Amino acid sequence: MIISIASGKGGTGKTTIATNLALSLGKVQVIDCDVEEPNANIFLNAEIKEREDVTVEIPEIDKEKCNYCGKCSEFCAYNALAVVPSDVLVFPELCHSCGGCEIVCPQNAINWKKKNVGKIEHGVTNGVDFFHGLLNVGEIQAVPVIKALKKKIGKEENVIIDAPPGTSCPVIESINDSDYCILVTEPTPFGLHDLKLAIAVVRHLYIPFGVIINRDGVGDKKVEMYCQKEKIPILMKIPHSEEIANLYSIGIPFVKKLTGWHERFTELFRWIQEEVGT
Amino acid sequence: MDTRGGGNVKQLTIISGKGGTGKTSITAAFASLAENSVLADCDVDAADLHLILNPAIKKTMGFHGLKIASIDKEKCIDCKKCYESCKFDAIDKDITFNKDACEGCGVCKYVCSEGAISMVDRDSGFAYVSETRFGPMSHARLNTAEEASGKLVTVVRNNAKDIAEEKEKDLIIIDGPPGIGCPVISAITGVDLVLIITEPTLSAIHDLERILGVANHFNIPAVVGINKYTINKYNTRKIEQYCKERGTDVVGKLPYDVSMTKAMVKEKNAIEFSDSDLADRITDMWSKVKRRLFE
Repeated sequence: MIISIASGKGGTGKTTIATNLALSLGKVQVIDCDVEEPNANIFLNAEIKEREDVTVEIPEIDKEKCNYCGKCSEFCAYNALAVVPSDVLVFPELCHSCGGCEIVCPQNAINWKKKNVGKIEHGVTNGVDFFHGLLNVGEIQAVPVIKALKKKIGKEENVIIDAPPGTSCPVIESINDSDYCILVTEPTPFGLHDLKLAIAVVRHLYIPFGVIINRDGVGDKKVEMYCQKEKIPILMKIPHSEEIANLYSIGIPFVKKLTGWHERFTELFRWIQEEVGT
Repeated sequence: MDTRGGGNVKQLTIISGKGGTGKTSITAAFASLAENSVLADCDVDAADLHLILNPAIKKTMGFHGLKIASIDKEKCIDCKKCYESCKFDAIDKDITFNKDACEGCGVCKYVCSEGAISMVDRDSGFAYVSETRFGPMSHARLNTAEEASGKLVTVVRNNAKDIAEEKEKDLIIIDGPPGIGCPVISAITGVDLVLIITEPTLSAIHDLERILGVANHFNIPAVVGINKYTINKYNTRKIEQYCKERGTDVVGKLPYDVSMTKAMVKEKNAIEFSDSDLADRITDMWSKVKRRLFE
C-alpha cells in the first residue's frame, strides 16, 4: 500500500506526519519526494549508504553538420534552443528532453549528452527503508528527480511518500498512483484555502483521502466544519503545543518523546488499510 | 522568464525555501508599510495573499500554459509512432492519452503521418489585476493539475510591472512560492532583493542554506528575516552566526506571537491587527529592507 502525505500549503506538517507514522510502523519504505527542500532525514537520521545521480538528456549541436536552418528552435515548445547566424544556443535548464529537435533536424546534427540535475540517496534506519532526492541548486525541473525516486518503490512494501507543497506538477508526480492520501492542514484561513486546492487535486486523481489537522486550536474551527460538511474523514488532530514545536525545531519526531502517539499512528494506519481494502 | 530588472521600479521577492515560515503574513504586513507599491502574489500554486488583502478584481485574463495534444481517433491508423516518440509516457500503446503527463512538446503531432493529432490551448488558469486597501495587486489562479506555474509567475510579474509603470509606483513586493525550483526561479529572476523568511528549526535552516545557494547562483542580493525566533533561541543564534559567516544581513527577528494567526482569521495583517511588539519589529524589519532597496 502506498500512502502519500500532501498539503497544498507548505509548512503544515507533512514531514512530521510522514516521519512519525513511519517510526510508529517500522518496516516501511519512506520516500521523501520534496526534492526541492527534503527534510525527512533530519528526523529519521538514516545514514546514507548509496547515492546515484539523476541525469536528463540535453541536445548538443554538431556544428560540422548544422546548417543553421532554425527548424529546431522553431519546433522547441520550451524556447530551449536559439539559432543565431552561425551558432545555435542551447539553454539546458529550459529543455524538457522531448527529443523534438532531433526529429525535426534535416541535417542529423543533434546528439544527446547527459546533464546532472540532482541525486537520489538511500539509507536504512529503525527498520525504515529511506530514500530522498535532491534537486541541484539552480535547477528548475523537480519532476525528473521525482520520477527517478519513484522507481525505488518496492512492490511488496508499505510505502509512505512525503510530497512537496503546492498543487502542480511535482505534487502530481509524487502522489499519482497512491492508494491513499493524507492531507495535512492547519486550522487557519490559509490552511483551509489551500486544503480545498489539495482536495481538488486528489479528487482529480481519484485518490481516496482524509485530513489531519495540525496545530489544532491555533486558529478557528472552519477546517473542521468544512470537513464535516463535505463528509471528509478527519483522521487525527495534533494539538498546538509548545512541546511539539520545540521537538520539531531540534529534529526529534514527537512519537519518540510523547506517550500515546505511537499507538495513535499505528491505529491510523490500520484504519487506512481497512479503508483501502488491502 | 522575466529578466527585466532595473528601471525606476524596484522589485522585492519574499521567499523561504521551506513552506509555512510566514512569507505571506509578512508580505501582507509590508503592504501596510510600503507607501507606493504594487503587490504581486507569485505563489500561484497555493495563493493566499488575497485572503488578507481582499482584492476587488478589476481585470481577468485567461492563462494558457503549454499546449496539449488532442488525438482524433477517427483519423488514427494505430501506427503507434506517437506512443513510441513520446518521452513523457503521455500516450500508451493503445493510444490512450494521459492529459496529466503531457508536457506539450508537439512531437506526437510531428510524427503522426495521418494528421490525427493537433496541439490545442489548455485553459490553465487566470491572471487577475485588482485593487486592494493598500493599492494595486497582481495575482493568479492555476487550475487543478495544471503545469507551467513558472510561466504563470512570469505573467503575474509582468502584469505587476505594467501597473507599476502606469501608476508610477516605485516598488513591487512579490510573495514567492516555497521550494527552490521552477516557480521560485521565475519569481526571483532579475529582482533587486530577496528577503528570505526562515524560522529556528533544523528543517528551515537546511532549506535556508539551499535557497541562499539559489539566490547566489542567480547573483541576486539576499537578506534574511527570522520568524518565530522565540521557538528556539539556540537555533536562532545558529542562523545569525551562519548568516554572519556568509556576509548575509539578518534584517530582523520576529517573536512567535499568536496574534499573527489571529490577524489572519480576521482577514487583517499584523500591523492592522495590533500595535504589539510584533508590529514594531515588522516595521523595523521593513525599514531595513527599504533602506537596502533604495540606497
